[in-house]
Amino acid sequence: MSLTLEQVHRVAHLARIEISDAEAASTLGHLNEIFALIEEMQAVDTLGIEPMAHAQDLAQRLRADRVTESDQLAQRAAFQAIAPETEAGLYLVPKVIE
Amino acid sequence: MIEHSLQAIALSLKSKEISSVELTQLYLDRIARYNPRLNAYLAVDPAISLGQAQAADERLARGEGGPLTGIPIAHKDIFCARGWLTTCGSKMLSSFVSPYDAAVISRFHAAGAVVLGKTNMDEFAMGSSNETSFFGPVHNPWDTTRVPGGSSGGSAAAVAARLAPAATGTDTGGSIRQPAALCNLTGMKPTYGVISRYGMIAFASSLDQAGPLGRSAADCALLLNSMAGFDERDSTSLNRPAEDYGRELNAAAGAKPLAGLKIGLPEEFFGEGCAPEVMHLVEAAVAEYRQLGAETVAVSLPSMGLSVAAYYVIAPAEASSNLARFDGVRYGYRAPDYHDLTDMYCKSRAQGFGAEVKRRILIGTYVLSHGYYDAYYLQAQRIRRLIANDFAAAFRQCDVIIGPTSPSTAFKLGEKASDPVQMYLSDIYTIAVNLAGLPGISLSCGFAGGLPAGLQLIGDYFTEARLLNVAHRYQLATAWHLQRPAAFD
Repeated sequence: MSLTLEQVHRVAHLARIEISDAEAASTLGHLNEIFALIEEMQAVDTLGIEPMAHAQDLAQRLRADRVTESDQLAQRAAFQAIAPETEAGLYLVPKVIE
Repeated sequence: MIEHSLQAIALSLKSKEISSVELTQLYLDRIARYNPRLNAYLAVDPAISLGQAQAADERLARGEGGPLTGIPIAHKDIFCARGWLTTCGSKMLSSFVSPYDAAVISRFHAAGAVVLGKTNMDEFAMGSSNETSFFGPVHNPWDTTRVPGGSSGGSAAAVAARLAPAATGTDTGGSIRQPAALCNLTGMKPTYGVISRYGMIAFASSLDQAGPLGRSAADCALLLNSMAGFDERDSTSLNRPAEDYGRELNAAAGAKPLAGLKIGLPEEFFGEGCAPEVMHLVEAAVAEYRQLGAETVAVSLPSMGLSVAAYYVIAPAEASSNLARFDGVRYGYRAPDYHDLTDMYCKSRAQGFGAEVKRRILIGTYVLSHGYYDAYYLQAQRIRRLIANDFAAAFRQCDVIIGPTSPSTAFKLGEKASDPVQMYLSDIYTIAVNLAGLPGISLSCGFAGGLPAGLQLIGDYFTEARLLNVAHRYQLATAWHLQRPAAFD
């Protein structure tokens, strides 16, 4: 299997990573080498084998949906201090709805 | 003092032979002197470290110290530490000062250990040479023209050059064991779920596991005792009774301390693909184990050859999902110019991530995309099951599996940097262990051309104490692990 340049652009868009034509071209070569390695898997008959999602076959623990943090205003300030742009406790992003 | 074991350092602190402040200063001075040659540390903050050392000294004076109280430890920059720059080796987080502590950091803090600094690493732990770091490569103290391994390369170089008594790392496909092998250290990846991943920046969540990097198995046991434990904040943390991982180390033993131990030698580890000079040292270590009383038995891991292929589906798939959080909104890098929200995401991520991280996000996005999921992701998970089944069958015949950690000694900086597939294959012996979720440890088994080579021991689930003891008995009989690179006196 080989990827096309168009597929690289499409996947980059899905991943929200801007990619130039030159970058896409060099990435394509690397991706195809990597997929050649990955393709080794396709020769294996895995019919009837249960997929293993996780190293320990355990059920996910659940927890109650409740507020556990104390001093939430100070927490919010500390967490927003590292944000690119905030105002009045809100995260600022470009306008989404006209 | 810099050659003391952690236990010996603790005794010196307790007897007031040295204070934690003096010890911490000694390492800060060594870092100031030697780090420019290695680039092992990304952040050092003497005021914070010495403040913690002062608090540790007060605790020791009150007679309240534990085994790690006052001992400075370096942390891989993947662990969030409150008030510390936590970059994960990426431009994306190059100005991220963490507002909270990872579980591993909190546990060391509770033990009274001192944070000595944050160590360099491959960007988002994606790499095997430390060359993908936004902050430049780390140099191997044994030969500064060579790589230290990765992704925990900064931690490994720091401990090898005696710029820290011990360090933490994380291991998704070999990122503790391979740098341990390339830097003459002992490094352990515990069973998946033993150490909390809370506050450890996620790469591939079903594979990521923290662990210790030290100069000996005994040191690693002490570190693991502090790091391990249930944490309800990590949904995959295992709730098991606490154990002393060093409990077998002090048992009285005669000339045959490992009598009764069955060591499995998988044909897949001893075939072609490993450099002859490394294989020669691994075989000599196996002979040493026979001297120590162990019995060897041939085993087979027939699906192991597929582990790299399966890993490069599963790990990128999980990474593409985990790294979606870096959107330039709540934290991390935001591009300076953009015209709408999507453009802000695309530009921030294009500028904030390096080439290898982008490659893996693209692979992961592709294999999870519509129409490809079954052929790649499900097939990889089925192969993951086959690999885990192979280990289960092998452990019905033996107690511990032995093989090389890495197929070569440290390679030259730049040698594999432009060839991702060659780089990926350097983890051929370590990846299967992560896929199965088993514990593994790497320890030095000698030198070839002045460069250390690593021996890997793999155990069944939750056999960390046994693995540490099997490593320890070898280290009592040999002196490879005591060697220090000459340029870092």
